[in-house]
Amino acid sequence: MSLIGTLARAEAVVAGRAQPVATVRHRYLSQHPLVFVPLTTAGEVGAPLGALVGRDREAPSLLVVTQPRDRDLRFDFLAALATTVIAHMDRYADDVETEPATRNREESEVCADAPQIIVPNAAAADYVRLLGRSTRFRRTAEENPDEPYPVPSRVPLSGRWLTHYGERARTPGASLLLSMTELLSRHWATGQSNLEDQHLGALLGWIAPPKGMTGADAARRAETGRGPDGLLLSPPAGPATDPAFDNTVLAPAMSRFDAARAAARAAGEERSAATSAAEAEVRALVESQLRPTWDDVWRGLDLLRALPEGGHVEERWKRDRWSYTGHRDRVRAGEPPQPKRDDAIAAAQKLMGRETAQVRLEAQEALDDPLVMAGRRLSGEAFAGEVTDVVMAYSEAKVPRPRPLVTVATADVPHFDADAKLYRALPGGKTQEARFVEWPAPGEVTVRLLNGMGRGKVPDEGSVPAAGDRVCWTLFEHAPRGGPELPDPEDTPWTHGGPPETAAAPAAPAPDPVTVEDFL
Amino acid sequence: MSRTTEDSPPHGPARPAPRDPAAEAAAVTEAILRDTLHGSSRGVVVDSPPGAGKSTLVVRAARELTAAGESLMVVAQTNAQVDDLADRLATADPGLAIGRLHGSESPPDPLLDRHPSIVKSAKVADLAQQKVVIATSAKWAYVKTTDLTSPWRHAIVDEAYQMRSDALLQVAGLFERALFVGDPGQLDPFSVVGADQWAGLSYDPSASAVVTLLAHNPGLPQHRLPVSWRLPASAAPLVSRAFYPYTPFRSGTGPGVRRLSFGVPSQGTGPDEVLDEAAASGWGLLELPARHTPRTDPEAVHAVAQVVRRLLDRGGVTFSERSQEPAPLTADRIAVGTAHRDQAAAVRSALTALGVTGVAVDTANRLQGREFDVTVFLHPLSGRPDATAFHLETGRLCVLASRHRHACIVVCRAGVARLLDEHPSTEPVQLGVTVKFPDGWEANHAVLAHLDEHRVPYRT
Repeated sequence: MSLIGTLARAEAVVAGRAQPVATVRHRYLSQHPLVFVPLTTAGEVGAPLGALVGRDREAPSLLVVTQPRDRDLRFDFLAALATTVIAHMDRYADDVETEPATRNREESEVCADAPQIIVPNAAAADYVRLLGRSTRFRRTAEENPDEPYPVPSRVPLSGRWLTHYGERARTPGASLLLSMTELLSRHWATGQSNLEDQHLGALLGWIAPPKGMTGADAARRAETGRGPDGLLLSPPAGPATDPAFDNTVLAPAMSRFDAARAAARAAGEERSAATSAAEAEVRALVESQLRPTWDDVWRGLDLLRALPEGGHVEERWKRDRWSYTGHRDRVRAGEPPQPKRDDAIAAAQKLMGRETAQVRLEAQEALDDPLVMAGRRLSGEAFAGEVTDVVMAYSEAKVPRPRPLVTVATADVPHFDADAKLYRALPGGKTQEARFVEWPAPGEVTVRLLNGMGRGKVPDEGSVPAAGDRVCWTLFEHAPRGGPELPDPEDTPWTHGGPPETAAAPAAPAPDPVTVEDFL
Repeated sequence: MSRTTEDSPPHGPARPAPRDPAAEAAAVTEAILRDTLHGSSRGVVVDSPPGAGKSTLVVRAARELTAAGESLMVVAQTNAQVDDLADRLATADPGLAIGRLHGSESPPDPLLDRHPSIVKSAKVADLAQQKVVIATSAKWAYVKTTDLTSPWRHAIVDEAYQMRSDALLQVAGLFERALFVGDPGQLDPFSVVGADQWAGLSYDPSASAVVTLLAHNPGLPQHRLPVSWRLPASAAPLVSRAFYPYTPFRSGTGPGVRRLSFGVPSQGTGPDEVLDEAAASGWGLLELPARHTPRTDPEAVHAVAQVVRRLLDRGGVTFSERSQEPAPLTADRIAVGTAHRDQAAAVRSALTALGVTGVAVDTANRLQGREFDVTVFLHPLSGRPDATAFHLETGRLCVLASRHRHACIVVCRAGVARLLDEHPSTEPVQLGVTVKFPDGWEANHAVLAHLDEHRVPYRT
């Protein structure tokens, strides 16, 4: 953790409530996100228990699997979820803008906005990936009438979208799929550990404690407070459930449902008054666990929306819109679902793209937010101060170019390498580069400007700081470039196993020979 | 027997006496060159412990390949490594036509200007006539196969264990076969974002190039250089045992060949006593009282600076196999190593305050591949409340503990052993990932146990 982060946490402990670590909001928030709060069944991977999902804070859809081990009910749940997901995805598909042609790209269309999904925590984002992985290869009745549990075609389609969103969420700064705990802990530091911040209720307790309580008290109550019925006052934000809830109320209710259904089936019926009552009971129980988290997610959105949006958020959101548009096009073109595993080229491509995104995100957050920049200054990666002296100088080229020497008085202690390169944001959004020259005196840095001064022999008006100006130079680049192009998959070199076998159709992956039921 | 430089062990026909380190190293070198020049495999992998003559091997292999009429490309990882290799190669063979391919914004070291045989360019087409073309892997990645008339028949990949798998993916199309040379014990390549989703895949892009290469080509011949010419007899056994437990190596010099002594006697302070201990045994641990501190622990940083100051003030001289005469221990033969950049910056300003200049102060990452007479390092776990994977990384400690020819002095707060016991490795076990031995926890304990015998409490 950075020194400034440690300081903020220490201050949070003293103050008894979370301290801001950002002055602006660094992630894009849609006007109408799809909030998705999933719960899973203890002990069985990939068996959903229920979910609250929707765009309307007051009217979420409650989806419950009354008996999670019943595959018919499970696929009913997945079909209902797919309906909501596809509707959300389709809503943005046809509102497009035209992106003018550039040197590297023809004129193309990009969706004017993109659907956003918000989940409570990182584990729920992983669950989105799991749902995507377990449904995108499901066969429909049209594809194979003998398929044991055929699903409507929207199930594999929503699986592809959830997979796309789950992958995109791994790109630093991407906002298509966001988790509330990560959003909140990006903007506030609590007096507890990173691990404890994963608990949405406790995190909100620190950020906005109820009247008369400290953050620590509110967090403790959220984590361990139980009512007279022995259930947690603030149920876990999922997808895992509270074991006490599972054992004391959910399991008996499910048993009653199983018994009622067995009785109804014995009488030759699929449903009866007793099954309906038992089902309603399980639904109410699951909703009682989901609803507090649902409300917490929206409270978190309220807190975040109160922050002004950071300057580069819109630019990053545009990349998300491109990502959404790209996947829309792949679906429309009838391409197969994403393969089970990335090939060597795809993996390298993703890793490089994410590393560039990470560096870009860190730079943009610092430029958008003086508090973030303060952290970078404290760690020696930037410095700010007042210009004390400007000496005009010229390069030694045939046509001498202006290379003025600027001296800055600063209390910061940047860690320069020999001839380190420096970057400064200019008002117009451009970046000016400079090179570190020397420390003429303790607390003074001299740099040589390298560009951004126009074409003439005399620097453009305002392009060279004057004595008395406040300036901030960073040792990191503001707009890092991506790496070189990778070879095509069919040119994968021998060191990496050669070209992948094209014969293996990704739509029909070989089943796992060890596991009896390989559904994931 | 005598040697001229530590990094160029004499080569020649293998002698019958197997215990002679020079003969042992020469036999391995011959086998490597035989596989490289005449073998049928597309790749040859050479593991080299610290200071085992890796650069010498690269230069020799390049010369033999070109002598056999081949042209080749050489891949290294940093511009400094590329410049160093070009310099060594041009010095060893002034008649060899060498091309130094560089980025348009990173011109080569002006040092290379003294070699008329080196042609420098940012475009590979300008270097088509050169027998050897050297560049960083990052620069090679921008060369397309369509830029070449045909791929190179041969390549040498240096520091291959520090090269990431995706970097190899970018350049492997440029050559048909290659010699991969590197030190498996040093710092692994890393990624600034998580790459767990590919863990266990043979082509995990965040893994080291050698791991991927061997996963796809398990039959490639692998060699190991058996002798460290850098590490003294006091250090090789510990470094070998702690960091290379299954691939031991030994020192090229026997006990007592390398010595360090001081003209000015000790004043009885901690820094002076730890210097005497290190001069006598090759190792010294200057222990400060246990305390949780920020990374740039001012007391520990000051102690490091004092040790360096006294090292220079006490008129140190070194005796080694290189010369009959003792050599004075000067600032440029001393290095200070740290885990973090801010710690290095703090040590630099502490040294400046004591009037010391010319001592290399850097992080482990940047000290990789370099060599000094005496090193002083701030223990990565000193003063920490926790032991993270970063601070436990085996390679980091290995780099810090294997840069010296004579003696190594560690400055550390007490209590690291307890810290280790409280933080056993908790990294998740990934299916399909080869477990690397030893883990940082174990290596740290091995080094600490040894240092404990050379412990001097800090007092002024």
